[in-house]
Amino acid sequence: MTKQQANWSPYDFNGGTCVAVAGADYCVIAADTRMSTGYNILTRDYSKICKLADKSLLASSGFQADVRALQKNLEARHQIYQHQHNKQMSCPAMAQLLSNTLYYKRFFPYYAFNVLGGLDNEGKGCVFTYDAVGSYEKVGYSSQGSGSKLIMPFLDNQLKSPSPLLLPAQDAVTPLSELEAIDLVKTAFASATERDIYTGDKLEIVVLNREGIRREYMELRKD
Amino acid sequence: MFRNQYDTDVTTWSPAGRLFQVEYAMEAVKQGSAAIGLRSKTHVVLACVNKAQSELSSHQRKIFKVDDHIGVAIAGLTADGRVLSRYMRSECINHSFTYESALPVGRLVVQLADKAQVCTQRSWKRPYGVGLLVGGLDESGAHLYYNCPSGNYFEYQAFAIGSRSQAAKTYMERKFETFDNASREELIKHALFAIKETLQGEKLKSSICTIAVLGVGESFNVLDQQTVQELINSFEMVEDEAPAPQEPSAAPEEAAAPAAGEGAADEGAAPMEE
Amino acid sequence: MDPNSRLVMEDSQRTLTPYVTGTSVIGIKYKDGVLIAADMGGSYGSTLRYKSVERLKAIGKHSLLGASGEISDFQELLRYLDGLILYDNMWDDGNSLGPKEVHSYLTRVMYNRRNKFNPLWNSLVLGGVKNGQKYLGTVNMIGVHYQDNHVATGFGNHLAIPILRDEWREDLSFEEGVRLLEKCMRVLIYRDRSAINKLQIAKITAEGVTISPPYSLKTFWEFSAFKNPTAGAEGSW
Repeated sequence: MTKQQANWSPYDFNGGTCVAVAGADYCVIAADTRMSTGYNILTRDYSKICKLADKSLLASSGFQADVRALQKNLEARHQIYQHQHNKQMSCPAMAQLLSNTLYYKRFFPYYAFNVLGGLDNEGKGCVFTYDAVGSYEKVGYSSQGSGSKLIMPFLDNQLKSPSPLLLPAQDAVTPLSELEAIDLVKTAFASATERDIYTGDKLEIVVLNREGIRREYMELRKD
Repeated sequence: MFRNQYDTDVTTWSPAGRLFQVEYAMEAVKQGSAAIGLRSKTHVVLACVNKAQSELSSHQRKIFKVDDHIGVAIAGLTADGRVLSRYMRSECINHSFTYESALPVGRLVVQLADKAQVCTQRSWKRPYGVGLLVGGLDESGAHLYYNCPSGNYFEYQAFAIGSRSQAAKTYMERKFETFDNASREELIKHALFAIKETLQGEKLKSSICTIAVLGVGESFNVLDQQTVQELINSFEMVEDEAPAPQEPSAAPEEAAAPAAGEGAADEGAAPMEE
Repeated sequence: MDPNSRLVMEDSQRTLTPYVTGTSVIGIKYKDGVLIAADMGGSYGSTLRYKSVERLKAIGKHSLLGASGEISDFQELLRYLDGLILYDNMWDDGNSLGPKEVHSYLTRVMYNRRNKFNPLWNSLVLGGVKNGQKYLGTVNMIGVHYQDNHVATGFGNHLAIPILRDEWREDLSFEEGVRLLEKCMRVLIYRDRSAINKLQIAKITAEGVTISPPYSLKTFWEFSAFKNPTAGAEGSW
């Protein structure tokens, strides 16, 4: 009998783009809500942003089943952390946990591309950006996922962060105000949606600052 | 000298049909400082007396959060209580992981009771020496359960365990009919009054008690010491509250506890019934 | 046959190619609950091997499950779910698993099996109503899952979803819902070679589950393009 199915694969790519921007006293985390497979749009309203702790939010794209498994893992680990320490995990601690969790599956990786945004213990915005197997870096802004190749150079151009090679190390947070950062993120997504078929439908923006947490939505192209 | 031949291991019956080791474990619960729980239709309040072992030490924690919708107050061997709390926490996390919903309280209590039961039927184990008041909220409302070392469990409107708990029980037996429709604040007030009963005249201070609340729209949380002190003050429990009538049963019970510890008490209902 | 796939076939019992499969399932929310439609065909490769396969099943009191893909895997899954629901009922404590819980459980089962490289070869649609809340979700053989107002598996994703995006409304009545599903199923009967004109539609509301007896839709095959599809394609068979 001739083969009727393509070889089975444990992975799929469900698309999506994530962005996070850190400011002096805020952090903006954003992702579109489209979920696709191949040329199909599975649903137009699937949130990629997961609140892991009071001051850390994770935006992830890639293979949805792995992303969800990763989120659930971190949620459970955070529960245990709270029981043991009687407090919320800090964003830098969550960043290290996420790295370890990803690396734990180094040889059967979570096909997930993450940006972790939040506020550090001083209330300053922080962003951590990852690859699928856990190597990570603290940055001032980042983008991951299908539209990242369109968005990242745009952010580089607009935010002109100090070179990481400078000594002594310069602060990575962006000089923008909160509202300017939100506008920038909206523009970035509107542009990425034009060219990336895996980005679109709706933009979910979560803003974290001293007052707490706030959510905004913006419609994107649906084609 | 008289020696009980039937109490050296958990799995040996006495001719009277009793398991002494299990009963001794139940006695351990009575030795611990008091813990109480009471519930309305929407809220559960847990409270306990914290007594430091020495003036130089801090006291041990006796109230534990299990999940947003479940908490426990313990009396007896605190170490055993911590082990069981950890088990309950992990059961809740596992349930949330699989079903993305909260574990019903009653089911957790049964699992806990089954775990305790196993220890009453294995020669190489010992029963847990701790009683747990489990408060929780699920789709069928607020619940309060008592789990004991024998593996038995009971649901209550209000209950107290630990040393001099009889005084608190007597107080709550007088008031429990109002609990079902009581507000959160009223429940806390009753909890404080009940705790006060167990102190036998000693002054109620926030430093010697812990209060935890759980209810509709409020996940399980332990009130901080300042809040508790303010509540105590606001209920005017400082001094002008007439000294509560001393329950006659309180004193005999205290006397009975050490006697039972010697292990020969044959009279009275088997504590497994409770 | 390449040596790798020989190895897989001889040394293990994993579904890496399905045997008997069911085609699309379509589910929609409507005013009082959820409706799910599926035909009753079971294909053995391109052979229509079975014609009365029930692919819609009630799961407990609050959920309804529809499956496409490997039929034997689906029936195995039903045995898991029977165990799950029986255990849930045995507590007899007033608590019960709702569609959200069942969907979450299914997602874990599918994902765990894919992690073992031993998938259950299905795409599932789970609908239900509990505490006045409607629920409709789907999960596939590698654990990808989501909820929506209308979902479809397989060919349904290509042929039914565009119709549903145009015509679905929150306040669809039962009759309108059935008509909408039948419209989608008719397209599938015409254009999906594995689909057959013998289908069931199941309804779940607060009152419970009703699965319709098998029935067929009126079709019209007299279009000239249907009668002689090779006209204008000179030289083909």
